[in-house]
Amino acid sequence: MEILVILVPLALMLGGAGLVAFLWSLKSGQYDDLDGAAWRAIADDEPPPEMPAKR
Amino acid sequence: MQVTRDFSHYVRIAGEGIKHIDLAVEGVHCAGCMAKIERGLSAIPDVTLARVNLTDRRVALEWKQGTLDPARFIDRLEELGYKAYPFETESAEEAEVAESRFLLRCLGVAAFATMNVMMLSIPVWSGNVSDMLPEQRDFFHWLSALIALPAAAYAGQPFFRSAWRALSNKTTNMDVPISIGVCLALGMSVVETIHHAEHAYFDAAIMLLTFLLVGRFLDQNMRRRTRAVAGNLAALKAETAAKFIGPDEISQVPIAAIHPGDIVLLRPGERCAVDGTVIEGRSEIDQSLITGETLYVTAEQDTPVYAGSMNISGTLRVRVSAASEATLLAEITRLLDNALAARSRYMRLADRASRLYAPVVHATALVTILGWVVAGASWHDAIVTGVAVLIITCPCALGLAIPTVQTVAAGTMFKSGVLLNAGDAIERLAEADHIIFDKTGTLTLPDLEVTNVADIPADIFELAGRLALSSHHPVAAAVAQAAGARSPIVGAVEEAGQGVRATVDGVELRLGRPSFCGAEGLVGLTDDLDPEASIVAFSKGSEKFILSVRQGLRPDAQAVIAALKARNIGIEILSGDREPAVVAAAHALGIPEWRAGVTPADKIARIEELKRRGTKVLMVGDGMNDAPSLAAAHVSMSPISAAHLSQATADLVFLGRPLAPVVAAIDASRKALHLMRENLWLAIGYNVLAVPVAISGIVTPLIAAAAMSGSSILVMLNSLRARNTSRELG
Repeated sequence: MEILVILVPLALMLGGAGLVAFLWSLKSGQYDDLDGAAWRAIADDEPPPEMPAKR
Repeated sequence: MQVTRDFSHYVRIAGEGIKHIDLAVEGVHCAGCMAKIERGLSAIPDVTLARVNLTDRRVALEWKQGTLDPARFIDRLEELGYKAYPFETESAEEAEVAESRFLLRCLGVAAFATMNVMMLSIPVWSGNVSDMLPEQRDFFHWLSALIALPAAAYAGQPFFRSAWRALSNKTTNMDVPISIGVCLALGMSVVETIHHAEHAYFDAAIMLLTFLLVGRFLDQNMRRRTRAVAGNLAALKAETAAKFIGPDEISQVPIAAIHPGDIVLLRPGERCAVDGTVIEGRSEIDQSLITGETLYVTAEQDTPVYAGSMNISGTLRVRVSAASEATLLAEITRLLDNALAARSRYMRLADRASRLYAPVVHATALVTILGWVVAGASWHDAIVTGVAVLIITCPCALGLAIPTVQTVAAGTMFKSGVLLNAGDAIERLAEADHIIFDKTGTLTLPDLEVTNVADIPADIFELAGRLALSSHHPVAAAVAQAAGARSPIVGAVEEAGQGVRATVDGVELRLGRPSFCGAEGLVGLTDDLDPEASIVAFSKGSEKFILSVRQGLRPDAQAVIAALKARNIGIEILSGDREPAVVAAAHALGIPEWRAGVTPADKIARIEELKRRGTKVLMVGDGMNDAPSLAAAHVSMSPISAAHLSQATADLVFLGRPLAPVVAAIDASRKALHLMRENLWLAIGYNVLAVPVAISGIVTPLIAAAAMSGSSILVMLNSLRARNTSRELG
């Protein structure tokens, strides 16, 4: 059962990393245009992926 | 006279030496368009960013500060085949975007916490029936508390705030039982954990928040998205005005940059974008959008003109008295405010459901606690059971029941060309059982049409069309469009207020007033038949022809009226136009009830009269004079060609020439309302099954979680059925 001391914090850290990644992607505007993102994924030659400057 | 275009009003500074502009673009719908636009715009030197947003149909552009004129982007997009217009985000829209992001952030936090708490809960559930040590269980419960408490404090904000607002106003709403449920469950769980109990409810509380946030986010997102698209359409109507920036120099500027006291030029065939007074010039103006009257009125010095009216024959200089947001008559604003205030009393289905729901749930929980105490249980056990009742009757299925249907139905309506302005418009539209149509611009098309094409030889008509291309007059534009003319006749001369003439192969061609073409003799014949029509004459040498131009009925108006009758909906016409014009339309469509020459106040009076009889009125209109009645009616619709004010007031806006979206929207909303009610019954049904289990005191968190998720998922799946509603007309 000592393994829990490693596994539980590890699981929480992984989950936390996921949450941080989600909040970062939200802040950087990646959910602003979901329809467009779906198409960009299969577009041939993508123009440089820059994000608009923050307001 | 030199004309320039000035878009500096829309440009903002995005960073060090970088400027930014947002453009609304029409016709972007696929990956191809996206790549084409981005590549085309990036090719302009100094452009640092060109990014299309396909969801909102907009382009964000950034460029290095310098000589680059934003008008260049519009031209470039035009070359690529897209109509674009600079865009100013309204503060309401920005607030909604921020709100949307906040909800998504809360949802992310809640979902993260749910997953991790569930990870800890499942060992506890299985451990309780096998060999788990009490210390290990306590450790897991404390860990759950560590995750769930801060997460709930953050993710619950939208509910706690709203509940607090409601309570401090001494009312109650859906968020009150939610907040009480969540707080009690968390508090109880902490107490239980301290007492080394077998069960804690952290998982249930946080999962409840997650499901509710899904519903809240869907509801919010639907409104945000339709508002964004509706905002684009308003921008794409390209409301600009030619403003004098010098005695002889004009600049084409967006209306937002026009202020009272400015002087603007109004050319023939242009729609006026401001309120003001004529200071120079003489012309006829078409005020059908404002008053519904299709006959032209004369404008000369000191005549007031209003936004939305069309200048017909001469050039006018207008001193602006009100521009942008303020372009309307005080009378109309006052009526509008009253009507809107009256309608805010309407209660949404969700609110009605929660008003019934909250007391029942709280009473059940209270009775459960008292019941167990009376039956001899300890206060502690009784309260634990009471909390279990509160959790299992969680309003999350109820919270999802309506927003999910709304989102799906709004998508369906969007496909058939209808945009929603108000969240509860679907519910109100579904209840409508009587329709009042405005005539001009609603039953009829806003543009003019040539009605007697069949009487004129094709080659003559084509010639008339080509000649018409040289004129700005709206009637001429209608002739040119009907003839499908492409190449103007070289050397055509326009005589103001008279018509256009040109000479081809030694024969003189004239298009214009009958007197200008020497065709007065022919006029009487057509005039009797069609009281609404404008007459325009065409002469080729000694051959004379009369063209009759009028606003035609929408192409499918008859079928739509028949379809509405088949759905047992009462129909009538209320128009500000003259009687003969209204009679003609009513007769053609087979509508027995009509009134002509009504004022905005009359329209409201009629709606109030119908309301008193218990009729739910759907008002369909486009004129500025319709705006108050649009607000007064139970629910309202406007075509996209409507005056800005009407469009902003209407609950729904439909696109395109056909009238069919009206029927499609009614069908979709009726189906959606049916599904909303079904969802509410499903949620209640689940509770009826689950509550006795909870009251009996044998509920475990596993049962609570399963019942809760099960009802939520069922409700979501049921909502997807709102997708297939598209029934053909007939």
